[in-house]
Amino acid sequence: MLRQIEGSRAVAETVGLCRPEVVCAYPISPQTHIVEGLAELVRAEVLTPCEFVNVESEFAAMSVAIGASAAGARAYTATASQGLLYMAEAVFNAAGLGLPVVMTVANRAIGAPINIWNDHSDSMALRDSGWIQLHAETNQEAADLHVQAFRIAEELSTPVMVCLDGFVLTHAWERVDLLTQDEVDAFLPPYAPRQVVDPDAPASIGAMVGPEAFTEVRYLAHARQLSALDVVPEVSDRFAESFGRNSGGLVRAYRSEDAETVVIALGSVLGTVKDTVDELREAGVRIGVLGITCFRPFPADAIAAATAHATRLVVIERAFEPGVGGIVSRNVATSAPGIRSYAVVAGLGGRAITKKSLAELFIAAAADELAPLTFLDLNRGLIDRELERLATTRRSGPSAENILRDLGAVASRIG
Amino acid sequence: MQSVKFYQTGSFAVGNRLLGPEDRSVQSDRQRINSIDCGHRACRGCGEALGARYALDAAMRATRNRVVAVNATGCLEVFSTPYPETSWRIPWLHSLFGNAPAVATGVAAAMKVKGREDVRVVAQGGDGGTVDIGFACLSGMFERDDDVLYLCYDNEAYMNTGVQRSGATPPAARTTTTPATGPAPGARFGQGKNVPMIAMAHEIPYVATATVAELRDLEAKVQRAMEFRGARYLHILVPCPLGWGSAAHDTIRIARLAKESGLFPVFEAERGEVVGVSKIRRRVPVADYLRPQARFAHLFGAEPRTDVLARIQAIADRNIRRFGLCDEE
Ligand SMILES: Cc1ncc(C[n+]2csc(CCOP(=O)(O)OP(=O)(O)O)c2C)c(N)n1
Ligand code: SF4
Repeated sequence: MLRQIEGSRAVAETVGLCRPEVVCAYPISPQTHIVEGLAELVRAEVLTPCEFVNVESEFAAMSVAIGASAAGARAYTATASQGLLYMAEAVFNAAGLGLPVVMTVANRAIGAPINIWNDHSDSMALRDSGWIQLHAETNQEAADLHVQAFRIAEELSTPVMVCLDGFVLTHAWERVDLLTQDEVDAFLPPYAPRQVVDPDAPASIGAMVGPEAFTEVRYLAHARQLSALDVVPEVSDRFAESFGRNSGGLVRAYRSEDAETVVIALGSVLGTVKDTVDELREAGVRIGVLGITCFRPFPADAIAAATAHATRLVVIERAFEPGVGGIVSRNVATSAPGIRSYAVVAGLGGRAITKKSLAELFIAAAADELAPLTFLDLNRGLIDRELERLATTRRSGPSAENILRDLGAVASRIG
Repeated sequence: MQSVKFYQTGSFAVGNRLLGPEDRSVQSDRQRINSIDCGHRACRGCGEALGARYALDAAMRATRNRVVAVNATGCLEVFSTPYPETSWRIPWLHSLFGNAPAVATGVAAAMKVKGREDVRVVAQGGDGGTVDIGFACLSGMFERDDDVLYLCYDNEAYMNTGVQRSGATPPAARTTTTPATGPAPGARFGQGKNVPMIAMAHEIPYVATATVAELRDLEAKVQRAMEFRGARYLHILVPCPLGWGSAAHDTIRIARLAKESGLFPVFEAERGEVVGVSKIRRRVPVADYLRPQARFAHLFGAEPRTDVLARIQAIADRNIRRFGLCDEE
């Protein structure tokens, strides 16, 4: 049913249709509307039976989800940023225990300096947690990916994270075609857990494993992740067959068949990228796009196949590894080793990524006039001044306060 | 279910067999489930292994074997599940050091939503997992009044990582992070973290303390705890021969001395009010309790630290007053 609806609400209602039996999330912007939506559905007994547990922290939220999932209930939580990092230990644990928890991450930057706006630093920081990571481009996809996430998680007994860009998607009102309960029920069978704590069949879950078997356990987890490279597209195809929309899979190419330059990106920025590419195409630039939906496991083969004909890749990074460079581009490099690639860090902490900046960037890339690592729209003057001061004085590095003072933003307040 | 082996069978005294069946301890029942079975790697004389076995067997009897146990990281978890073996004959789940109460909440929520409210959840951890790293989760579980019995096995330090101080380490005790050197050797004096009292402040249905010296009392308290729905807390003193530097055969005796000296008050509380105390039968000075433990050896050197002993005695005296542990006072 087509509805004009906020992204968070679309996610909450779709998650509700997936019939989670235990929902537990701790408020943090920009995730809050999702958990509020679910609380309402549970209170109104629209979503029933379901236990909505109000906890004292994200660490507890993930822990409750772990307990519920291990006891055979479909479990869901949602978080972002500091919250995701606060639950990090339990996030790894859920994967290690093979519990098919589904979590929404409303992507947001990580402090300090504290910043509530969107980038991908949070989910990228947990990319090695053993969770499958799906990234939504639109709110339609965000909703649809949740239905697929439960199915994938339960088929593989592995937790799945659905990432959607904070504010840009979570707080955007758009037309979203929501599935009906019957449609979701037909697509998503009830949770049949692989292992449970049950007095009728006692088992010990979470045993201590020593050096003699730990490597094997980890290898098998790796193998299971790799098998997701088959399961994710299968589920996506089944979804497309059932509902006539492709909103998942591993990667999706756009106007890239004959492209010399392929732009690779995740999440909502793909919309702006595609618009920019359309305009450049009209100007005769042979450029295309490859969107990565499934970032973990990393679809190396699919990326290699989709970029085989390209001469250069421009990878939009919405997070980066300080002291190293781009994260996505370094992953891409392993699958497309022969192709020159440019990492472009863009949109950190919610900075707008404009078509104008992207167009200039893509044109520079197409002329191979780009540095291997670029920070889009960086205030170069400010940076140079700070770095120079750093070199000549012994004052510690350019902190947020220094930069803000120079920008004049807080000058009046801090004097 | 296989019936439990009794090693001693010749005597009528064994396993309370002179008592009527309803008065017998859980452990005297050959048909009980042996919750934590053979094969674990606890040290000789480990109070925690003993406490866990009695507590869980009692919980199993109280629920007609419908218990799921959730376990924090610590000695109990490590010594009982050396993969691919397990000593647990009940459903058992370990996740992390700091989240046993929340994981238990999740299990309880799942059982509720599945209409399996006959299945009861017990969470357990050492004092470190309980009073320190898992404390926020514990308090959250209390505050929500989740249907979980939490068992804290208090051996008064982080034993699994090699005897470091915890929030439950008593003043003056030597641990590897509160060494017995300097002018004020051992753990510092302070209020400590009295989790039974903090649990009471949450006004949960049931809070109690127990020791492995009075195992029938421990069984009875678990039994009682299972009669309530909601959050319940049982704090069990479990001497650790390795960490305390005591003889393996002294575990029970030392646990008894902790109680009889007044240092470890044994009581029960319902909805925040004390409803019963286990009176001291033969009061002993705290020195009698401290002397057999190497962790307090520095108090009994060539120049005994009578000042420190007096401060510890004052703690015991206060407990005795506060809980009315001695009839004559
Ligand atoms: C987050 C985290 N920090 C530290 C540890 C290391 N660790 C494992 S068990 C333990 C101490 C356990 O002490 P306690 O809870 O008192 O149980 P005991 O072993 O004494 O029975 C520690 C510090 C851990 N596993 N996880
Ligand atoms: S170190 Fe202490 S608590 Fe741990 S197994 Fe040994 S005696 Fe038991």
